[in-house]
Amino acid sequence: MAAAIECGAATKPSEKNMSLKTALSAASPLSLRIVAECPVTKARACDLLLPHSAVSTPVFMPVGTQGTMKGITVDQLEGLGCQICLGNTYHLGMRPGPDLIEKANGLHGFMNWKRNLLTDSGGFQMVSLVELSEVTEEGVKFKSPYDGKEILLSPEKSISIQNSLGSDIMMQLDDVVSSTVTGPRVEEAMHRSIRWLDRCIAANKNPDKQNLFAIIQGGLNAELRKTCLDEMTQRDVPGFAIGGLSGGEEKDDFWRMVSLSTDHLPREKPRYLMGVGYAVDLVVCVALGCDMFDCVFPTRTARFGSALVPWGSLQVKQKQYAKDLRPIDPDCQCPTCNRHSRAYLHALFKSDTAAMHHITIHNIAYQLSLMRSVRQSIVEGRFPEFIQTFMKRMFPSPEQYPSWAVDALASVNITLE
Amino acid sequence: MKLELTRVIQGRGRLGVLKGLGRTGQHSMEVPGCLLYTHFGTVPHLTQDTLHTLSSLPPVTQVTLAEHQEVLEEFKDGFRKFAGLHDTVLYCSLHDPATPCPTGYTTNKTVSVWGSGGRMELTVAKFMALQKTVQPDWYHSMSDGETWQSNTSRKRVRKSVDRTLAHLDECLLEHQKSQELDGVEVFGVVEGGDIFEERVRSAKETAKRPVAGFCLDGFQTGSMDQALRTQLITAVTKELPEDKPRLALFGVGRPDEVLACVEAGMDLFESFFPFQVTERGCALCFNFNISLDPERAGSAPPLETEKEAAGEPQQNGDLEVDSQTQMTPFEINLKEKRYQDDFRPLVEGCRCYCCRNHQRAYVHHLLVTNELLAGVLLMIHNTAHYHSFFCALRHALATDKLDLLKKRILSERDGQTERRE
Repeated sequence: MAAAIECGAATKPSEKNMSLKTALSAASPLSLRIVAECPVTKARACDLLLPHSAVSTPVFMPVGTQGTMKGITVDQLEGLGCQICLGNTYHLGMRPGPDLIEKANGLHGFMNWKRNLLTDSGGFQMVSLVELSEVTEEGVKFKSPYDGKEILLSPEKSISIQNSLGSDIMMQLDDVVSSTVTGPRVEEAMHRSIRWLDRCIAANKNPDKQNLFAIIQGGLNAELRKTCLDEMTQRDVPGFAIGGLSGGEEKDDFWRMVSLSTDHLPREKPRYLMGVGYAVDLVVCVALGCDMFDCVFPTRTARFGSALVPWGSLQVKQKQYAKDLRPIDPDCQCPTCNRHSRAYLHALFKSDTAAMHHITIHNIAYQLSLMRSVRQSIVEGRFPEFIQTFMKRMFPSPEQYPSWAVDALASVNITLE
Repeated sequence: MKLELTRVIQGRGRLGVLKGLGRTGQHSMEVPGCLLYTHFGTVPHLTQDTLHTLSSLPPVTQVTLAEHQEVLEEFKDGFRKFAGLHDTVLYCSLHDPATPCPTGYTTNKTVSVWGSGGRMELTVAKFMALQKTVQPDWYHSMSDGETWQSNTSRKRVRKSVDRTLAHLDECLLEHQKSQELDGVEVFGVVEGGDIFEERVRSAKETAKRPVAGFCLDGFQTGSMDQALRTQLITAVTKELPEDKPRLALFGVGRPDEVLACVEAGMDLFESFFPFQVTERGCALCFNFNISLDPERAGSAPPLETEKEAAGEPQQNGDLEVDSQTQMTPFEINLKEKRYQDDFRPLVEGCRCYCCRNHQRAYVHHLLVTNELLAGVLLMIHNTAHYHSFFCALRHALATDKLDLLKKRILSERDGQTERRE
């Protein structure tokens, strides 16, 4: 409660009413002020106040898996305007371990990042990275890839590690099932995720400093999603994530599950769509009402020489750029585009790792500036026009618009030209 | 290019300023000093943002010839502009000082260089054509430096001196004919292996040519012992004009070797050493503080105790080819487990970006998890530490405290050796 008041006090007088209302509804160190709502789509622009700083949404959160943003210093990340980034509980819990990070004053202190951090529960990596994992009511059992010891990641354990990491937003441990799995396993996982949410809430030692988000599960089954939404929205959590998607399912199923979720999530709490980061997906899912996104794609693809641009991507290592003296994107204002040509970066890829850092910086700048433009257009009431321009730039012709995106946008009253 | 010496102490080094650098002559650098080591114009691991967290960067950037010449030929505006380097003097060298150069690929008319695209054979004509595309402010002539191995025959050494002089004459001839190279400075290369007479001959003959300065090649770590190296360098510098700078080419980087070379009359060094230290996951931590102020002296790390348990590879005096990549007593290995929960900066009191913002425990974590930021942070620190060492070296020369500095550096080195034996 104390922290919530603190957050309210930190806001401008004009924002006080909204903050106060939020503070009363949830005794959490978070407040959400809705700055603008798109009159056509479900998009919204909010100010999300978190313990370490304010976050302007819609927001893309770059992923710094092991307590570092892939060759980028925290000053560079701050310089790009990043207000929140991710750390992975599974990786950090293994190395260097929660005790050490706690000694270093949490993950903020360990990596010297002054702004907000979100940590996942560790459950997803366990299912995706570790072959020998077994899920029981108790938790996820797995063999440590480092010393072969059997470890149990229970909801309590996940929250305990995340408490040690000291992230501003923690994620509940959920029972993750691949989005392509169907049948009773999906239902079991959904119900278990609800039970685990309650255990996570009870286990949180720092509810005044760390926000715990619930994760909506239910696979691609609308009924299961709806049940999960009904149950979880009854819990007093400061925010919600839409989980179990972005794992290789049909995009037609994907967007319907997203839209169903945002329809039933409370307006006054943030909505985080996990694992989404392609530009088109971001723009469409903002239109469907999501506020927060994360994805390893922009930083991972950068290390392979793929630079994100308004017309898709540009493979810097390809021979065609060897003599191309233009910047990656002539309209981009990032430090890389301000100084270096495609030809120089192409050549540098053969000589030094700094080439990767240049593209990583560019790609983070691209994601963040895309989201800033999206927000600006929502605030100025021209988000529908923004979508039209964005799609035209991204695809050579309307025939190439992906049909799922056309359908998803049509569902929120946008007919692509 | 003009060398103004403010202090010359025979057998004890030279202190001065190298003025009029760059084609417009607006740059200068203090000597003894080091150049900025780069991979294709980029300090390894660093972007411009991270590079410029370093204060007082060397004004001269070193690049290696023969990388990506095709695009430069097309670009026409020279390497500096191509690489987005604005305010720096560009020095172009034949080889990358941190890349081993295999022997057996040199002929009377050609030398071979190794780049990212593999081996490339250069004639003087090709070499000069490349210089015209790179458009450096300063380069050294083509040379046959294949004599650094200690078993090289006298005959081979003589041949290398002859070839290198012939290359120099050819380079100078072509240089004078080339408008593109107007105002560009050429350094001659002194060869001669470990043979006294050949060193002196090479120095004397090179000094007769219209060169702006001299590169002394073939003194890399592992090629010969320190005493012989000092004797040879002293013999060479005696033959060289006082008013022209002398650069230690290819492979002199350790602080003790730098000191010995400075005492023998060398002025300039390539700064590949901090890069090599970075690549083995180490941080430079040697103490060069000779301030008598006990408070400041106390701010230096307690190196003696710190290094005690280090299980680093031994430097047993054998002249080994790979000695350049072995850990030296001037660094700590941050991969070691004892740094896991060490929340101190790499070097107490260091003002570099890494030490101001991060702890050993964090860099240790980045190293064991193979994170790219480890190289970035270590490169920043090691470069800063190395440059500060050069700063301390100049200060010691200016205040007659070179002995003290030498004692300090040698105790860093030998304190280690004694404990080992």
